[in-house]
Amino acid sequence: MSAPVAEISPTKTPAPPSRERAGVAFAPPGKWGDRLFLGVTFSFSAGIILLAAGIGFSLWSNSALARKAFGFRFLIDQVWDPVAGNFGALTFLFGTLLTSFLALLIAVPLGVGAALFLSELAPRRISDLLAFLTELLAAVPSVIYGLLGIFVLVPLVRRFLEPVLGKTLGFLPFFRGPQYGIGFLAAGLVLSIMVIPFIISVSREILLSVPPLLREAALALGATRWEVATTVALPYARSGIMGAIFLALARALGETMAVTMVIGNTPILTASLFSPGYTMASVLANEFSEASGDLYLHALVEIALVLFAVTLIINAGAQLLVWGVQRKKR
Amino acid sequence: MKHIRKFLSVLAALGIAVAPLTAGDTITLNGAGATFPYPIYSKWFDLYHEKHADVEINYQSIGSGGGIKQITAKTVDFGATDGPMTNAEIFAVDGKILHIPTVLGAVVVGYNLPTLSGKLNISGTVLANIFLGKVKSWSDASLKALNPDVNLPELPIVVVHRSDGSGTTYCFSDYLSAVSGEWKSKVGTGKSLNWPVGLGGKGNEGVAGTLKQTAGGIGYVELAYAEQNKIPYMSIRNKAGKFIVPTLEGVSAAAASVNMPADFRVSIVNADGDASYPISTFTWLLVYEKTGGKRGEILHDFLLWMLDEGQKAAPVLGYAPLPASVAAKVRETAEKVR
Repeated sequence: MSAPVAEISPTKTPAPPSRERAGVAFAPPGKWGDRLFLGVTFSFSAGIILLAAGIGFSLWSNSALARKAFGFRFLIDQVWDPVAGNFGALTFLFGTLLTSFLALLIAVPLGVGAALFLSELAPRRISDLLAFLTELLAAVPSVIYGLLGIFVLVPLVRRFLEPVLGKTLGFLPFFRGPQYGIGFLAAGLVLSIMVIPFIISVSREILLSVPPLLREAALALGATRWEVATTVALPYARSGIMGAIFLALARALGETMAVTMVIGNTPILTASLFSPGYTMASVLANEFSEASGDLYLHALVEIALVLFAVTLIINAGAQLLVWGVQRKKR
Repeated sequence: MKHIRKFLSVLAALGIAVAPLTAGDTITLNGAGATFPYPIYSKWFDLYHEKHADVEINYQSIGSGGGIKQITAKTVDFGATDGPMTNAEIFAVDGKILHIPTVLGAVVVGYNLPTLSGKLNISGTVLANIFLGKVKSWSDASLKALNPDVNLPELPIVVVHRSDGSGTTYCFSDYLSAVSGEWKSKVGTGKSLNWPVGLGGKGNEGVAGTLKQTAGGIGYVELAYAEQNKIPYMSIRNKAGKFIVPTLEGVSAAAASVNMPADFRVSIVNADGDASYPISTFTWLLVYEKTGGKRGEILHDFLLWMLDEGQKAAPVLGYAPLPASVAAKVRETAEKVR
């Protein structure tokens, strides 16, 4: 922390002599103004770190009872029984990771593809209009997506998607079991719809920032549009697009309302995507307000702590990945 | 125009009448707790405010757990809960806390069988077996025996339950525990449970939504909610062996048949009596016997008003009023609140 401070700290050049002669009362802005600027902005950025640390600390201290009672077993135990006071997070952890992974599996090819179309192929005016509409989608509250999910998507999944998948790919363990419509598959689909706008709009901005000279050079060498996109634009924008994907992943991990409405809220560990499931954010939303008893509350807070840790780990991993990609490029 | 002028003049008259009162301090009482009785409570607090312009009562429906926590911490003037406080919870309270029954609610068992016409009957044991995952089909012999005249389809049963912690789940699981030893030992009674089978929907609307979409579904919702949303529901065999269609009268009958303990912490599921509907529950306000000062007086006055005038507003909103015998007993306790 001290190194940048030393770099930025104001130099001790004397104030211009003309000012001194004029007898200006206030201190030269070069000295005090910059110090003030430094102090204020530093406290802002330190405040953010303190806030994150504060959240981590309060989650840690408010889950003490559960951590003491279950220890590491909390992470590998499948039972969640508020009546008997037995709590394990594994099914929720599994549900959160599975639905987020499913969402990315669907959203990344679609989102990056759409961004490529908008940046490489579509005329600028259409591109701008579509980008504006995509950003509008990103601003829709999640409960709306949840309602869309339960009234539109779930019936479609039950009537068409699940029967078709069951018939064609039913030999895989992922597509077996009773077809309720509600479950992991529906949750993954709703999530993918929610995160696609993020992937599209961020990826498009980054693809548009690829220097035109590079594109023109490739075109001049006789490259097709496809070759320009895959050999010039995408490699150049790779780290930025990865950033967009991780932003999407962060949203998928923490999404609560929409998932709660379509996932079926049943803690199960299964390979079947047709099965109902549960996520960490959903169990918090469902049970926190009516939870009574200290151990129960502490177990719920520990779920929040696990979610916090998972998000932190995934974001740190993403940052490392992006750095790695950038270093390789150099 | 005429109406508006009349309205304004009434307002003005009220203003004059009220002015001397508002000249003093308006007292605000704060409460928090159960969501299930929120509609009737907010109606009561409005009505009470109309009569006593200098008193305002705020109520936050943050859930029974939160209500118990806040009244224990004395951050509110009263709490509200759908399930009585446990002995351990009462022990943690500094001072004497009272459970004041306010109204009654019922939980009904709804279903979705598109081909079916006519009412379905069910017994507690069969219901427990369905929710335990032991009875899996609508054409199961135990269901056929209860409904000899109904042509039950060959359809798998899909259980739908509440995913959010709720007093509705508490009441329903309390009933299943009362009628099935296996349910009691395997699952138990609570606001959130470790469900053996089924899909979880958030809120009454989540259960109703899933139920409406799922042929073969069975689930439980509040009586008022099922009626408003035209969800077909079953008649349930009560302890006396009669099949009872859920009605407010059946709920009040169940409350009247129970032997009231002095602290009113009583479960009325599976109650005696020919007319009793078996899945019913009280909902309670939690107040300190001694709040003290003006606030204590207002609580005292409000509780007496609620037991008298207030009860008349209950049926309109889908709650069963307290039977006269219970109301009289509660009044004795409410008199002590200061």
